[in-house]
Amino acid sequence: MNSVTVNGLWCKKCGICVEYCPAKVFTAEKDGTPVPAYQEKCTGCGICVLRCPDFALDVGVDVDDGKR
Amino acid sequence: MSSIKYDDYLLKDKLPLFWCGGCGNGNVLGSILRAFANLKFKRQKTVVVTGIGCWGKADDYINTNTFHGTHGRALAFATGIKLANPDLNVIALMGDGDGATIGGNHLIHAARRNVDITAVLVNNFNYGMTGGQYSGTTPEHSFTSTSRYGHIEEGFDLCKLAAAAGAPFVARGTVYGITQLDKLVEQALCKKGFSFVEVITPCPTHFGRLNGLKTASLMLNWIKENSVTKNQAEKMSDGEIRGKFVTGVFVDVDKEDYSTRYKKLQQRAAEAVEGGCDK
Ligand SMILES: Cc1ncc(C[n+]2csc(CCOP(=O)(O)OP(=O)(O)O)c2C)c(N)n1
Ligand code: SF4
Ligand code: SF4
Ligand code: SF4
Repeated sequence: MNSVTVNGLWCKKCGICVEYCPAKVFTAEKDGTPVPAYQEKCTGCGICVLRCPDFALDVGVDVDDGKR
Repeated sequence: MSSIKYDDYLLKDKLPLFWCGGCGNGNVLGSILRAFANLKFKRQKTVVVTGIGCWGKADDYINTNTFHGTHGRALAFATGIKLANPDLNVIALMGDGDGATIGGNHLIHAARRNVDITAVLVNNFNYGMTGGQYSGTTPEHSFTSTSRYGHIEEGFDLCKLAAAAGAPFVARGTVYGITQLDKLVEQALCKKGFSFVEVITPCPTHFGRLNGLKTASLMLNWIKENSVTKNQAEKMSDGEIRGKFVTGVFVDVDKEDYSTRYKKLQQRAAEAVEGGCDK
Protein backbone atom coordinates (compact mmCIF):
# COMPACT_ATOMS: atom_id res chain seq x y z
CA MET A 1 0.00 0.00 0.00
CA ASN A 2 1.20 3.52 -0.74
CA SER A 3 1.81 5.81 2.19
CA VAL A 4 0.63 9.40 2.15
CA THR A 5 1.99 11.77 4.78
CA VAL A 6 1.12 15.38 5.53
CA ASN A 7 3.75 17.58 7.17
CA GLY A 8 1.56 19.34 9.70
CA LEU A 9 4.15 22.07 10.29
CA TRP A 10 4.25 23.13 6.65
CA CYS A 11 0.59 22.49 5.64
CA LYS A 12 -1.64 25.58 5.53
CA LYS A 13 -4.96 23.75 5.26
CA CYS A 14 -5.71 25.20 1.83
CA GLY A 15 -7.78 22.19 0.77
CA ILE A 16 -6.11 21.70 -2.62
CA CYS A 17 -5.13 18.08 -1.93
CA VAL A 18 -8.63 17.29 -0.69
CA GLU A 19 -10.17 18.80 -3.84
CA TYR A 20 -7.74 17.52 -6.47
CA CYS A 21 -6.75 14.00 -5.43
CA PRO A 22 -8.41 11.92 -8.17
CA ALA A 23 -8.77 8.93 -5.84
CA LYS A 24 -10.37 10.93 -3.00
CA VAL A 25 -7.75 9.80 -0.49
CA PHE A 26 -8.15 12.86 1.75
CA THR A 27 -10.85 13.99 4.11
CA ALA A 28 -10.74 17.35 5.88
CA GLU A 29 -11.20 18.12 9.54
CA LYS A 30 -13.44 21.03 10.51
CA ASP A 31 -10.53 23.49 10.45
CA GLY A 32 -9.41 22.25 7.02
CA THR A 33 -6.60 19.97 8.19
CA PRO A 34 -6.24 17.29 5.52
CA VAL A 35 -6.30 13.68 6.65
CA PRO A 36 -5.15 10.93 4.24
CA ALA A 37 -7.97 8.73 5.49
CA TYR A 38 -8.20 6.37 2.51
CA GLN A 39 -4.56 5.65 1.73
CA GLU A 40 -5.50 2.23 0.37
CA LYS A 41 -7.08 4.05 -2.60
CA CYS A 42 -3.91 6.00 -3.44
CA THR A 43 -2.66 5.24 -6.96
CA GLY A 44 0.64 7.03 -6.44
CA CYS A 45 -0.12 9.49 -9.24
CA GLY A 46 1.75 12.29 -7.45
CA ILE A 47 -0.82 14.97 -8.29
CA CYS A 48 -1.18 16.04 -4.66
CA VAL A 49 2.60 16.44 -4.31
CA LEU A 50 2.70 18.58 -7.43
CA ARG A 51 -0.33 20.67 -6.46
CA CYS A 52 0.45 21.27 -2.79
CA PRO A 53 1.80 24.84 -2.69
CA ASP A 54 3.60 24.22 0.59
CA PHE A 55 5.77 21.13 -0.07
CA ALA A 56 3.78 19.49 2.74
CA LEU A 57 2.92 16.18 1.08
CA ASP A 58 4.92 13.06 0.62
CA VAL A 59 3.75 9.93 -1.17
CA GLY A 60 5.71 6.75 -0.74
CA VAL A 61 4.82 4.46 -3.62
CA ASP A 62 4.71 0.76 -2.81
CA VAL A 63 6.00 -0.84 -6.00
CA ASP A 64 4.58 -4.27 -5.16
CA ASP A 65 0.94 -3.38 -4.67
CA GLY A 66 0.08 -3.89 -8.35
CA LYS A 67 -1.53 -0.49 -8.72
CA ARG A 68 1.27 1.08 -10.60
CA MET B 1 7.25 11.24 -4.76
CA SER B 2 10.74 9.96 -5.13
CA SER B 3 11.04 11.00 -8.80
CA ILE B 4 10.61 14.68 -7.92
CA LYS B 5 13.95 15.94 -6.69
CA TYR B 6 13.78 19.53 -5.60
CA ASP B 7 15.40 18.80 -2.25
CA ASP B 8 18.87 19.94 -3.19
CA TYR B 9 17.61 23.38 -4.08
CA LEU B 10 15.01 23.93 -1.34
CA LEU B 11 16.07 25.50 1.95
CA LYS B 12 13.87 23.30 4.10
CA ASP B 13 15.03 24.94 7.34
CA LYS B 14 13.18 28.08 6.24
CA LEU B 15 9.80 26.36 5.88
CA PRO B 16 6.86 26.81 6.40
CA LEU B 17 6.69 29.23 3.48
CA PHE B 18 5.84 32.83 4.29
CA TRP B 19 2.94 32.87 1.79
CA CYS B 20 -0.78 32.55 2.57
CA GLY B 21 -2.55 29.20 2.37
CA GLY B 22 -3.44 28.46 -1.25
CA CYS B 23 -1.08 31.11 -2.66
CA GLY B 24 0.26 29.82 -5.97
CA ASN B 25 3.78 31.12 -5.36
CA GLY B 26 4.81 27.81 -3.77
CA ASN B 27 3.78 25.95 -6.91
CA VAL B 28 5.82 28.24 -9.16
CA LEU B 29 8.76 27.82 -6.79
CA GLY B 30 8.30 24.04 -7.11
CA SER B 31 8.39 24.26 -10.91
CA ILE B 32 11.61 26.26 -10.82
CA LEU B 33 13.29 23.89 -8.37
CA ARG B 34 12.24 20.83 -10.37
CA ALA B 35 13.62 22.46 -13.52
CA PHE B 36 16.92 23.16 -11.73
CA ALA B 37 17.06 19.51 -10.67
CA ASN B 38 16.18 18.14 -14.12
CA LEU B 39 18.78 20.34 -15.77
CA LYS B 40 21.31 19.56 -13.02
CA PHE B 41 22.06 23.24 -12.50
CA LYS B 42 25.12 23.77 -10.34
CA ARG B 43 24.11 25.71 -7.25
CA GLN B 44 27.38 27.65 -7.26
CA LYS B 45 26.86 28.73 -10.87
CA THR B 46 23.26 29.82 -10.46
CA VAL B 47 22.00 33.18 -9.21
CA VAL B 48 18.36 33.87 -8.46
CA VAL B 49 17.58 37.58 -8.38
CA THR B 50 14.34 38.99 -7.01
CA GLY B 51 12.64 42.29 -6.51
CA ILE B 52 10.21 43.02 -3.69
CA GLY B 53 6.77 41.57 -3.09
CA CYS B 54 5.29 38.28 -1.96
CA TRP B 55 6.86 36.48 -4.92
CA GLY B 56 9.98 38.53 -4.33
CA LYS B 57 10.53 36.47 -1.18
CA ALA B 58 11.03 33.28 -3.20
CA ASP B 59 14.81 33.65 -2.93
CA ASP B 60 14.53 33.01 0.82
CA TYR B 61 13.86 29.34 0.02
CA ILE B 62 16.31 28.68 -2.81
CA ASN B 63 19.62 27.04 -2.10
CA THR B 64 21.62 28.71 -4.89
CA ASN B 65 23.28 32.11 -4.90
CA THR B 66 20.54 34.68 -4.47
CA PHE B 67 20.27 38.44 -4.66
CA HIS B 68 17.31 40.20 -3.07
CA GLY B 69 17.08 43.50 -4.92
CA THR B 70 14.81 46.50 -4.72
CA HIS B 71 11.23 46.77 -5.97
CA GLY B 72 11.01 46.64 -9.76
CA ARG B 73 14.75 46.38 -10.32
CA ALA B 74 15.39 42.63 -10.42
CA LEU B 75 16.24 42.77 -14.12
CA ALA B 76 18.63 45.68 -13.69
CA PHE B 77 20.58 43.74 -11.04
CA ALA B 78 20.33 40.53 -13.05
CA THR B 79 21.72 42.32 -16.13
CA GLY B 80 24.71 43.55 -14.13
CA ILE B 81 25.37 40.09 -12.68
CA LYS B 82 25.18 38.44 -16.11
CA LEU B 83 27.48 41.00 -17.74
CA ALA B 84 30.03 40.73 -14.96
CA ASN B 85 30.07 36.92 -15.18
CA PRO B 86 28.41 35.52 -18.32
CA ASP B 87 29.06 31.93 -17.18
CA LEU B 88 26.40 32.19 -14.48
CA ASN B 89 22.82 31.01 -14.91
CA VAL B 90 20.84 34.09 -13.97
CA ILE B 91 17.15 33.87 -13.14
CA ALA B 92 15.03 36.91 -12.28
CA LEU B 93 11.82 36.44 -10.30
CA MET B 94 9.28 39.24 -10.41
CA GLY B 95 5.67 39.92 -9.54
CA ASP B 96 3.32 41.79 -11.88
CA GLY B 97 3.65 44.92 -9.76
CA ASP B 98 7.38 44.43 -9.51
CA GLY B 99 8.26 43.38 -13.06
CA ALA B 100 5.51 44.90 -15.16
CA THR B 101 4.37 48.02 -13.34
CA ILE B 102 7.13 49.82 -11.41
CA GLY B 103 9.72 47.73 -13.31
CA GLY B 104 8.04 47.62 -16.72
CA ASN B 105 10.73 49.69 -18.36
CA HIS B 106 13.46 47.27 -17.27
CA LEU B 107 11.43 44.44 -18.75
CA ILE B 108 11.20 45.90 -22.24
CA HIS B 109 14.84 46.93 -22.30
CA ALA B 110 16.15 43.59 -21.01
CA ALA B 111 14.10 41.94 -23.76
CA ARG B 112 15.37 44.40 -26.38
CA ARG B 113 19.00 43.93 -25.32
CA ASN B 114 18.55 40.17 -25.28
CA VAL B 115 20.49 39.68 -22.07
CA ASP B 116 20.74 35.94 -21.35
CA ILE B 117 18.46 35.90 -18.32
CA THR B 118 15.42 33.76 -17.55
CA ALA B 119 12.62 35.93 -16.18
CA VAL B 120 9.75 34.22 -14.36
CA LEU B 121 7.01 36.76 -13.78
CA VAL B 122 4.26 35.68 -11.42
CA ASN B 123 1.08 37.47 -12.47
CA ASN B 124 -1.52 37.43 -9.70
CA PHE B 125 -3.20 40.59 -11.04
CA ASN B 126 -2.48 42.74 -8.01
CA TYR B 127 0.06 43.96 -5.47
CA GLY B 128 -0.27 41.09 -3.03
CA MET B 129 2.23 42.19 -0.41
CA THR B 130 0.92 45.70 0.13
CA GLY B 131 -2.78 44.86 0.33
CA GLY B 132 -4.10 43.99 -3.11
CA GLN B 133 -3.91 47.29 -5.00
CA TYR B 134 -4.34 47.13 -8.79
CA SER B 135 -1.28 46.69 -10.97
CA GLY B 136 -0.53 47.06 -14.67
CA THR B 137 -2.01 43.61 -15.34
CA THR B 138 -5.25 43.89 -13.35
CA PRO B 139 -8.04 42.93 -15.76
CA GLU B 140 -10.66 45.52 -16.69
CA HIS B 141 -13.82 45.35 -14.55
CA SER B 142 -12.18 43.30 -11.80
CA PHE B 143 -12.10 44.38 -8.17
CA THR B 144 -9.05 45.27 -6.12
CA SER B 145 -8.57 47.29 -2.95
CA THR B 146 -8.02 50.38 -5.15
CA SER B 147 -10.71 49.58 -7.72
CA ARG B 148 -13.68 48.89 -5.51
CA TYR B 149 -16.19 49.72 -8.23
CA GLY B 150 -14.44 47.76 -10.97
CA HIS B 151 -11.16 48.52 -12.70
CA ILE B 152 -11.48 50.95 -15.61
CA GLU B 153 -8.11 50.23 -17.25
CA GLU B 154 -7.12 47.36 -19.49
CA GLY B 155 -4.32 45.11 -18.26
CA PHE B 156 -1.09 44.56 -20.17
CA ASP B 157 -0.68 41.43 -22.25
CA LEU B 158 2.85 40.85 -20.98
CA CYS B 159 3.72 38.14 -23.48
CA LYS B 160 2.85 40.42 -26.38
CA LEU B 161 4.88 43.18 -24.73
CA ALA B 162 7.96 40.96 -24.28
CA ALA B 163 7.62 39.61 -27.82
CA ALA B 164 7.28 43.10 -29.31
CA ALA B 165 10.36 44.20 -27.37
CA GLY B 166 12.37 41.43 -29.04
CA ALA B 167 12.60 38.58 -26.50
CA PRO B 168 13.63 35.37 -28.29
CA PHE B 169 11.64 33.15 -25.91
CA VAL B 170 8.20 34.09 -24.63
CA ALA B 171 5.72 31.76 -22.95
CA ARG B 172 2.74 31.78 -20.62
CA GLY B 173 1.73 29.06 -18.20
CA THR B 174 -0.54 28.83 -15.19
CA VAL B 175 -0.39 27.31 -11.75
CA TYR B 176 -3.42 25.23 -12.71
CA GLY B 177 -1.44 23.76 -15.63
CA ILE B 178 1.48 22.84 -13.41
CA THR B 179 2.98 20.09 -15.61
CA GLN B 180 2.97 22.42 -18.61
CA LEU B 181 4.56 25.08 -16.41
CA ASP B 182 7.37 22.70 -15.46
CA LYS B 183 8.16 22.25 -19.15
CA LEU B 184 7.96 25.96 -19.97
CA VAL B 185 10.34 26.89 -17.16
CA GLU B 186 12.76 24.21 -18.28
CA GLN B 187 12.63 25.38 -21.89
CA ALA B 188 13.19 28.96 -20.77
CA LEU B 189 16.19 28.00 -18.65
CA CYS B 190 17.74 26.16 -21.60
CA LYS B 191 17.29 29.09 -23.95
CA LYS B 192 20.27 31.31 -24.68
CA GLY B 193 19.03 34.90 -24.59
CA PHE B 194 16.26 36.70 -22.74
CA SER B 195 13.54 34.20 -21.94
CA PHE B 196 10.29 35.32 -20.44
CA VAL B 197 7.71 33.13 -18.73
CA GLU B 198 4.53 34.67 -17.35
CA VAL B 199 2.71 32.53 -14.81
CA ILE B 200 -0.97 33.13 -14.04
CA THR B 201 -1.05 32.56 -10.28
CA PRO B 202 -3.73 32.58 -7.58
CA CYS B 203 -3.68 35.22 -4.84
CA PRO B 204 -6.76 34.04 -2.94
CA THR B 205 -6.17 36.49 -0.09
CA HIS B 206 -6.63 39.71 -2.06
CA PHE B 207 -7.54 39.27 -5.72
CA GLY B 208 -9.55 36.14 -5.01
CA ARG B 209 -11.41 37.51 -2.02
CA LEU B 210 -12.57 40.63 -3.85
CA ASN B 211 -13.58 38.73 -6.99
CA GLY B 212 -15.67 35.95 -5.47
CA LEU B 213 -12.79 33.44 -5.49
CA LYS B 214 -11.60 33.37 -1.93
CA THR B 215 -10.50 29.75 -1.70
CA ALA B 216 -7.52 28.21 -3.43
CA SER B 217 -9.74 25.73 -5.28
CA LEU B 218 -12.08 28.46 -6.56
CA MET B 219 -9.11 30.42 -7.87
CA LEU B 220 -7.54 27.37 -9.53
CA ASN B 221 -10.85 26.43 -11.16
CA TRP B 222 -11.28 30.00 -12.38
CA ILE B 223 -7.83 29.86 -13.98
CA LYS B 224 -8.67 26.48 -15.51
CA GLU B 225 -11.97 27.69 -16.95
CA ASN B 226 -10.39 30.77 -18.49
CA SER B 227 -7.28 29.13 -19.93
CA VAL B 228 -7.02 28.39 -23.63
CA THR B 229 -4.07 26.99 -25.52
CA LYS B 230 -2.32 29.00 -28.20
CA ASN B 231 -3.80 26.69 -30.86
CA GLN B 232 -7.35 27.12 -29.54
CA ALA B 233 -6.82 30.88 -29.36
CA GLU B 234 -5.85 31.06 -33.03
CA LYS B 235 -9.35 29.92 -33.95
CA MET B 236 -11.12 32.37 -31.61
CA SER B 237 -12.37 35.88 -32.35
CA ASP B 238 -11.01 38.93 -30.49
CA GLY B 239 -14.23 39.07 -28.48
CA GLU B 240 -14.01 35.41 -27.47
CA ILE B 241 -10.39 35.75 -26.41
CA ARG B 242 -10.95 38.75 -24.15
CA GLY B 243 -10.25 37.90 -20.52
CA LYS B 244 -8.77 34.49 -21.39
CA PHE B 245 -5.32 33.27 -20.43
CA VAL B 246 -3.66 32.04 -23.58
CA THR B 247 -1.00 29.47 -22.71
CA GLY B 248 1.96 28.07 -24.60
CA VAL B 249 5.16 29.21 -26.28
CA PHE B 250 4.64 32.35 -28.37
CA VAL B 251 8.20 33.04 -29.45
CA ASP B 252 11.16 30.68 -29.72
CA VAL B 253 13.81 32.00 -32.10
CA ASP B 254 17.60 32.07 -32.15
CA LYS B 255 19.25 35.42 -31.69
CA GLU B 256 22.74 36.37 -30.59
CA ASP B 257 22.60 37.33 -26.92
CA TYR B 258 24.05 40.50 -25.42
CA SER B 259 27.11 38.91 -23.76
CA THR B 260 28.20 37.29 -27.04
CA ARG B 261 27.86 40.60 -28.88
CA TYR B 262 29.71 42.37 -26.09
CA LYS B 263 32.59 39.91 -26.26
CA LYS B 264 32.85 40.47 -30.02
CA LEU B 265 32.79 44.20 -29.47
CA GLN B 266 35.66 43.89 -26.98
CA GLN B 267 37.67 41.95 -29.56
CA ARG B 268 37.01 44.52 -32.26
CA ALA B 269 37.98 47.30 -29.88
CA ALA B 270 41.20 45.50 -28.85
CA GLU B 271 42.12 44.95 -32.50
CA ALA B 272 41.42 48.58 -33.28
CA VAL B 273 43.74 49.70 -30.49
CA GLU B 274 46.51 47.35 -31.64
CA GLY B 275 46.13 48.40 -35.24
CA GLY B 276 46.26 52.15 -34.64
CA CYS B 277 43.65 54.81 -34.14
CA ASP B 278 42.48 55.17 -37.75
CA LYS B 279 41.15 51.59 -37.82
C1 LIG C 1 10.31 51.66 -4.59
C2 LIG C 1 9.24 50.98 -3.85
N1 LIG C 1 7.96 51.35 -4.05
C3 LIG C 1 6.95 50.70 -3.40
C4 LIG C 1 7.24 49.67 -2.53
C5 LIG C 1 6.11 48.99 -1.81
N2 LIG C 1 5.82 47.69 -2.36
C6 LIG C 1 6.33 46.56 -1.82
S1 LIG C 1 5.81 45.16 -2.59
C7 LIG C 1 4.87 46.09 -3.67
C8 LIG C 1 4.03 45.44 -4.72
C9 LIG C 1 4.21 44.00 -4.89
O1 LIG C 1 3.35 43.52 -5.88
P1 LIG C 1 3.80 42.45 -6.93
O2 LIG C 1 5.07 42.82 -7.55
O3 LIG C 1 2.67 42.22 -7.87
O4 LIG C 1 4.11 41.16 -6.07
P2 LIG C 1 3.17 40.26 -5.14
O5 LIG C 1 3.29 40.81 -3.76
O6 LIG C 1 1.78 40.30 -5.69
O7 LIG C 1 3.79 38.91 -5.26
C10 LIG C 1 4.98 47.46 -3.41
C11 LIG C 1 4.27 48.49 -4.16
C12 LIG C 1 8.58 49.32 -2.35
N3 LIG C 1 8.93 48.30 -1.54
N4 LIG C 1 9.56 49.99 -3.01
S1 SF4 D 1 -2.44 20.97 -0.48
FE1 SF4 D 1 -0.73 21.00 0.96
S2 SF4 D 1 -0.97 22.87 2.18
FE2 SF4 D 1 -2.92 22.50 1.11
S3 SF4 D 1 -4.12 21.33 2.59
FE3 SF4 D 1 -3.09 19.81 1.30
S4 SF4 D 1 -1.18 19.36 2.39
FE4 SF4 D 1 -2.00 21.21 3.28
S1 SF4 E 1 -0.61 10.35 -5.08
FE1 SF4 E 1 -2.46 10.69 -6.30
S2 SF4 E 1 -3.93 9.20 -5.51
FE2 SF4 E 1 -2.27 9.31 -4.01
S3 SF4 E 1 -2.98 10.82 -2.52
FE3 SF4 E 1 -1.77 11.93 -4.02
S4 SF4 E 1 -3.24 12.66 -5.54
FE4 SF4 E 1 -4.25 11.06 -4.35
S1 SF4 F 1 -1.17 38.18 -0.35
FE1 SF4 F 1 -1.60 37.02 -2.20
S2 SF4 F 1 0.37 36.89 -3.27
FE2 SF4 F 1 0.79 37.47 -1.14
S3 SF4 F 1 1.19 35.52 -0.08
FE3 SF4 F 1 -0.98 36.01 0.20
S4 SF4 F 1 -2.01 34.94 -1.48
FE4 SF4 F 1 0.17 35.05 -2.01
